[in-house]
Amino acid sequence: MNLPLQHLPTTPVAMYRAIVGIGMLCALLIVGIYQATAERIAENEAQALAEAVAAVLPTAQVLRSIAVASDGGIADVDASLQKLPAFVGYDQSGKLAGVAITAAGMGYQDTIQVIYAYSFSDSAIVGLRVLQSLETPGLGDKIETDPNFVANFEQLDVSLSAAGNELAHAVETVPNGSKEHPWQIDAITGATVSSEAIGKILDTSAQQWVPLLVRHREQLIGAPEPVEN
Amino acid sequence: MAQPTTNQFIKGLWQQNPIFVQALGLCPALAVSNSAINALTMGLATSFVLLSSGVIISSIRSLIPREARIVSYICIIASLVTTVDYVIKAISLDLHKSLGAFISLIVVNCLILGRAEAFASRNTVGKTVLDSAGMGAGFTIALLCIGVIREVLGAGTLFGIGLFPDTFQTWTIMLLPSGGFFVLAFWLLAIGLWNDARERSAKTAEETA
Repeated sequence: MNLPLQHLPTTPVAMYRAIVGIGMLCALLIVGIYQATAERIAENEAQALAEAVAAVLPTAQVLRSIAVASDGGIADVDASLQKLPAFVGYDQSGKLAGVAITAAGMGYQDTIQVIYAYSFSDSAIVGLRVLQSLETPGLGDKIETDPNFVANFEQLDVSLSAAGNELAHAVETVPNGSKEHPWQIDAITGATVSSEAIGKILDTSAQQWVPLLVRHREQLIGAPEPVEN
Repeated sequence: MAQPTTNQFIKGLWQQNPIFVQALGLCPALAVSNSAINALTMGLATSFVLLSSGVIISSIRSLIPREARIVSYICIIASLVTTVDYVIKAISLDLHKSLGAFISLIVVNCLILGRAEAFASRNTVGKTVLDSAGMGAGFTIALLCIGVIREVLGAGTLFGIGLFPDTFQTWTIMLLPSGGFFVLAFWLLAIGLWNDARERSAKTAEETA
């Protein structure tokens, strides 16, 4: 048996007291919990990014965060301030191991964010991890789990044209089973949109980054300034 | 005034189960029950909001004027949901990622506002705790009932642990939204048949007596 509502008679004071009082208490609760968890959340995000970089650039011991400078060159930056950070990795002996680049684009349902490794010696993408995706469970989310699809990124050719200002061949996604060239991505059956989205994200990002990295390779080989990872 | 009884708790588990009987909060129930861990997290998050909002609303019910009650309840519920959202992010980003927008949408889960208006605002804190805990547990169990079947058939795993040999052909449809409807319909049918059978046997027992 429920009791009847036991509410106060409505007076302006009672209304103010209830609404302002509850509003203030709720605001305090939200600010408090934000303060209490902010550090941990930032740690989790940094750790997830570090794990992804380590997965695509396994030999890198020291990382240096870079971005495209306003003059079109490459500048050292603080990775935590970047929306899509990029890291140059150096191995134990200080040799250039490769570059890990984050890139994003529209998937089937929402933005897909990935991180991929570029290798100077192979002129190729040599690893890829999905950082963020809301693709359809069971279909589109295979971009993270399907072994045949993931194998596309073990050696995906992104060599430059003779002029050196663009890729010799655009990265493209082809229907499942019809991959013929090293710059093509074999799509997943049933997840064409997500597979094509990955191809498009990589092509857009590589067209911007690879010519720039190759042009400024000398600057990257120089003594790295280690950044906190 | 009647003392709080365990019946207040038990009714949420079965007689008035939020999903299988009251059909409340079906949107998140269908959307995030594609794996057992998602179903469990969603159930626990909703139960926490249900219980804490119930306690707060029941404690301050006499201070809230009638006209300001809905806005006050929603304000309290939304703040608690924001709390849950941050806590899940702090515990695991992967878990937060897989639950997507549905954590924020607990605010508009009609189960929570429904219990606040129908029960917490009219009852003592003790009774509200039992009612909210029962409803929360009922919601979590119902979500798990759907999530376990969907994950086992759709991915061949339970809580991420593989159950079948590699030759098992997964039923992808179970992970898609339509799979949620199929499994919910199956449970509603099973519970309906069981209730019918119980009623029939009770009737027969009455007649023979």
